[in-house]
Amino acid sequence: MPRQTTIPPAVKMILYLFLVAVTLIWLVPIFIAVITSMRTNADIMSHGFLAMPKTVDLKSYIEAWQRGGLHKYLPNSFIITMPSLVLTLLLSSLGAYALARFKFKGRTFFYFLFVGGTMLPFQILLLPVFKLSDALGIYDTYLSLIAIHTAFQLGFCTFVLRNYMMTVPIQVMESARIDGCTELGIWGKIMLPLTLPAFAAIATLEFTWIFNDYIWPLVLIRTAEKMPVTTGLATLQGQYVQDWTVIISGALLATVPTLIVFIFLQRYFIAGLTLGSSK
Amino acid sequence: MLDAKTRYKLIPYAFLGIPVTIYLIWIIGPMLYSFYLSFTKWDGLTSPEFIGAKNYRMLFQDEVFYISLSNNLEWIILFMTVPIVLGLTLAMVLNKDIPGAKTFKASFFLPMVLSLVVCGLVWSWLYSPHSGLINEVLRRIGLGKLATGWLSNPKVVMESVIAVAIWRQVGYVMVLYLAGLQSVDQNLLDASEVDGANAVQRFFNVIMPQLAPVTVIVIVISIIDSLRAFDLVSVMTRGGPYNQSSVLANFMYIEAFNNYRMGYGAAIAVIIFIISLMFIMFYLTRIAREETNA
Repeated sequence: MPRQTTIPPAVKMILYLFLVAVTLIWLVPIFIAVITSMRTNADIMSHGFLAMPKTVDLKSYIEAWQRGGLHKYLPNSFIITMPSLVLTLLLSSLGAYALARFKFKGRTFFYFLFVGGTMLPFQILLLPVFKLSDALGIYDTYLSLIAIHTAFQLGFCTFVLRNYMMTVPIQVMESARIDGCTELGIWGKIMLPLTLPAFAAIATLEFTWIFNDYIWPLVLIRTAEKMPVTTGLATLQGQYVQDWTVIISGALLATVPTLIVFIFLQRYFIAGLTLGSSK
Repeated sequence: MLDAKTRYKLIPYAFLGIPVTIYLIWIIGPMLYSFYLSFTKWDGLTSPEFIGAKNYRMLFQDEVFYISLSNNLEWIILFMTVPIVLGLTLAMVLNKDIPGAKTFKASFFLPMVLSLVVCGLVWSWLYSPHSGLINEVLRRIGLGKLATGWLSNPKVVMESVIAVAIWRQVGYVMVLYLAGLQSVDQNLLDASEVDGANAVQRFFNVIMPQLAPVTVIVIVISIIDSLRAFDLVSVMTRGGPYNQSSVLANFMYIEAFNNYRMGYGAAIAVIIFIISLMFIMFYLTRIAREETNA
């Protein structure tokens, strides 16, 4: 902790007030969203937003959930996110293990291939992946999204896991090898348990990223029944033009899963962000 | 049968086999294929027809391309400077043991877990010309003259969209600086204090240089993210009015998937890629240097 002896109390007080002010401004959009969702559109349109709401009304949540389609979009998001998450973690931990623990031809090349890929602009992939999905007959299916999410997130996960695995002392693995453990056994029984903190961190982060992705379903999913919540919300926006209470209620419902992750796993989320940038 | 030594040599390739194959098919291959597509005329249904550099020639004469390019530049500048100044200030303040630090931090983290689509929708409502919060507040406090269609007035539309991106980004930059501050050498700080450096001098001469690696990362990430910015524009304005909020990513999407000019879209994608590549290479060289030092 930096020493605080030199900061006069008056300055401290001003800093504190500044902080409170900025924080409140930052939260305004979220407060407004919550308040809006509990009012009726007619009330807002006739009395203005700043008028005191006369009644509390949760009908717009029901509207967004039922007619707005959130009851299908939200489960779809999980159907897409969970397999992508499991696959990308599993595959990247295999690759990361090889990159962290073996010296071989192409080691640096493959590492940089993965790291460089994390920063690719999606636009360079959109058309070919669209064509590829079509050619494979998986266009407009969940599988097309699971495939691209798994592949794209491999880069970041391999990068983080590889760097984390480098910190595991090599002696642990050497002794297992002497005891006759197979390489797959060392990966599964020794490396994976030791890498759990990094797994927790990137799993939390990746869940949010994949769940919140908008551009891939926009390009790869055409049927509304199969849309995840992000493109679903865009559809809902077109369906309820200017009916802000329903649009905002839908947006808040869409946020619940990532919000739960954030509330309970904030520590891992933050750890993931810092892991991803420390190198 | 392979001997033990050869088998051992093959192990890393066995581990890398599946991930690398998937990566080549879905990422690297498509990336290269976009280059080819950018030299073709393609409507998405029939096969692509090779037309040489025609797409690029058209692109360099397309007014929307230049509007998008300059909007991306504005996005980069604002998206970099504002979050760095605000994020670093917050990190400096919250790094101290002040009451409620956790709550303050959480408030700035919160926008990060909202999808850009959700952010775009919520802010579209705040910006709404008739009953949106911003105009209502302006009218209420006697600044009604400033009330405008934040997303329909060509003069402010781009800044209105970028503001949302900034709102979501500050927490991230703060996280990175908070982590960076953990490794600032306390002895050096104490020594400079003994030597009579005041708070401002200590910040600029002792803390900032030690945070330089974080700043570099933040700058690279900000540029890359600005270049691929798409979701907010797509949800809030679709590039309008009159293309005044068009950015390259959105321009590419509209040309390729709404106008079915896929070869042209690929050319725009290649331009985005080439600009990004400069920064990707810069980042990779840095990592390479750290690898050899380690």
